[in-house]
Amino acid sequence: MALSGIEIFKLTPRKNCKECGFPTCMAFAMKVASGAVEIEKCPHISAEAKEKLAEATAPLMKTVKIGTGDYEHALGGETVLFRHEKTFVNKTLFAVQFSDAMDDDELARRMENIKKVDYERIGEQMHVEIVAVKYTGNRSRYLDIIKRLKELQKIFVLVCDDVDAATEAAALVKETKPVLVGANNDNLEEMVKLAKESGIVLGLNAPGVEEMYALVEKTHQLGYKELILNAGSENMAKTFENAVEFRRTALVGQDRTFGYPSIVFVNELAKGDSYLQTALAATFIMKYGSIVVLDDITYANALPLFALRQNIFTDPQKPMRVEPKVYEFANPKEDSPVLVTVDFALTYFVVSGEIERAKVPVYLLVPDAGGLSVLTSWAAGKLSAGVIANAIKSSGLEEKLNRKRLILPGKVAVLKGDIEEELPGWEIIVGPSEAMQIPKFLNELN
Amino acid sequence: MAYKKAAKKYSGEIREVTLGSGDKAVAIGGKNVLPIHSFDGNVGNPPKIGLEIVDIVPEDWHDDLKKIYDGVLEDTAEWAKFAVDNFAPDFICLRFAGADPDGKNKSVEECVETAKKVAAAVDLPLVIAGTKNVEKDEKLFSAVAEALAGENVLILSAREENYKTVGAAGALAYKHKIAAETSVDINLAKQLNILMNQLGVQNEDLVMNVGSAAVGYGFEYLSSTMDRIILAALGQNDSTLQMPIITPVSTETWTVKESAASEDDEPAWGSSIERAIQMEVATAAAVLVSGADAIIVRHPKSLATMKTFISNMLGSGLN
Repeated sequence: MALSGIEIFKLTPRKNCKECGFPTCMAFAMKVASGAVEIEKCPHISAEAKEKLAEATAPLMKTVKIGTGDYEHALGGETVLFRHEKTFVNKTLFAVQFSDAMDDDELARRMENIKKVDYERIGEQMHVEIVAVKYTGNRSRYLDIIKRLKELQKIFVLVCDDVDAATEAAALVKETKPVLVGANNDNLEEMVKLAKESGIVLGLNAPGVEEMYALVEKTHQLGYKELILNAGSENMAKTFENAVEFRRTALVGQDRTFGYPSIVFVNELAKGDSYLQTALAATFIMKYGSIVVLDDITYANALPLFALRQNIFTDPQKPMRVEPKVYEFANPKEDSPVLVTVDFALTYFVVSGEIERAKVPVYLLVPDAGGLSVLTSWAAGKLSAGVIANAIKSSGLEEKLNRKRLILPGKVAVLKGDIEEELPGWEIIVGPSEAMQIPKFLNELN
Repeated sequence: MAYKKAAKKYSGEIREVTLGSGDKAVAIGGKNVLPIHSFDGNVGNPPKIGLEIVDIVPEDWHDDLKKIYDGVLEDTAEWAKFAVDNFAPDFICLRFAGADPDGKNKSVEECVETAKKVAAAVDLPLVIAGTKNVEKDEKLFSAVAEALAGENVLILSAREENYKTVGAAGALAYKHKIAAETSVDINLAKQLNILMNQLGVQNEDLVMNVGSAAVGYGFEYLSSTMDRIILAALGQNDSTLQMPIITPVSTETWTVKESAASEDDEPAWGSSIERAIQMEVATAAAVLVSGADAIIVRHPKSLATMKTFISNMLGSGLN
């Protein structure tokens, strides 16, 4: 809970030395309270006071970093339960699980799938970020699989509650800042010791919300705060409850004991049913899973899950945009028409979906319209005759086409005259004002 | 420090609305906690899942999906019965794709005949969906409402442009339920509900279709709109937003590239039917977590998956 200006004032030396740039300590304290100035600006502040303040102003949910270098990712750090209140900051990461009980064929198959599913969607590279490796008792096999998985260059989540096995496994990968999920009430001290020594993030296991709460408190007493909470895999209802309670206790109850990212083993809940696994993964992308563990990744489950994650973790104040360029559909030729729309991702998707449904060869010109919808960008002057004409001229379409037809969105029919002036030699046609009318329009166009 | 649960108690409640008649009637809504938060209190009726069928042979459907209904696609009533007997949905959504003026443009009379036959063939509640063409839907819904008087169907949907006719015929004259459809905006949803009330349609007869989207296609707008509607309904006890929500999933998910792209066009993506089901299932789950009280899916596998999902997430399943 934040400190008030008066409380911060009491931590200052109260001698109005002005070295911080403010006339009085009180004025400085008020600025610090509002978050406008860092407490470090005061050269006389004691370390003790600084710590007290840092504690009071620390975020309710800790940001935990895993992986290193190019593969580093942040988890947690969320401030709201609903994305419309502000924004969700750190996207859910996906893991594929391996285990020492897996034969070489299965190991190779899953590794191959992880390599295969790597694609771009609206400016974001989509791939699994994590490999989870579960220990079931075969130590040499476990260590061997970890060694072999290194070539994938993914972040490791070691799922292992055997301290000796975990120690050996951690030694193999500790420089990559992995996660070790396996601390529980029985092995906590040894696990914390291991985590501290190897600098890894520790995942806690407990049978229920209250037990988990006690376990986190105990971990705090041992002096470790690089934690992830396992929402469990007893059953779906319980796991959902755990994930919600962790997040809600931290953000609504303002209790930092649960202010940590979570991991959800949806693969164990789904018990081999890949559709159910996808439904559960979608659920925990939306409701508070920081890491979601899957059995396997294929394009079939990746496409919807990465797409959902991209939607949920966008900033509500910044619309998603597609790259302004010429998009081609059904191998357009030199007499195919050129449709115009805007770079607002939602508009682009609706329009491109309808074009694909029409199965007619066309070019789709997307000028830089500021990421706004057709009418909004027109009203803001970002979709004007000049913008469209310039986009055409720099697209190379003029040279490519022998029949030059430009289809305007029906909502900006008013631009027709101006574009005709700017683009001599082009036939400017007013298209439909609703995307759903595009297939009929294109099929009747000749 | 001891653990303290930080759950909120809400003063508002989503209204319960009953669809269908007789033994097989189903109730939707009734929760006074956030969606699926059964650990907080009363989640009301478990969300209901309907299976979509259409009044014509659906040429644009995936071949593998049509194969499931081989032999009954030509007869909509047979199709409905087959779907009920084999897949046990909570309700049937009969969509009049054939009435679309841009498509087969079937007459209202033909559609009424189909509706009557389907209603006679199955005893589950019916959701009657139209063409998205507001003028045609207005005529279609009025005529079907009259023909199915007493069946207590849900008409999907009345929009701002045709709510007067659809509301008057559907709810006032023939006592059906109406879904008020708006496009992903809490204020528009509230406004159409108020207009419906002013027309004389009671809240007890109203359901909302607040818009739909496939995951990846602006789903964040849908989910945030639903979040805000449910928070207003529960937290501020806003009676103009307390109608249960129905969300058509299938009509969004089967046409997006992830589902529809052929295996020739996207060889790396693998089986297209597999992709389409996964897309439908992911969207269905995301919509249910956002607070839908009823959803409509197309593939029987999606239906089965979501039934398992609901019973387990609410803690009433076998898991």
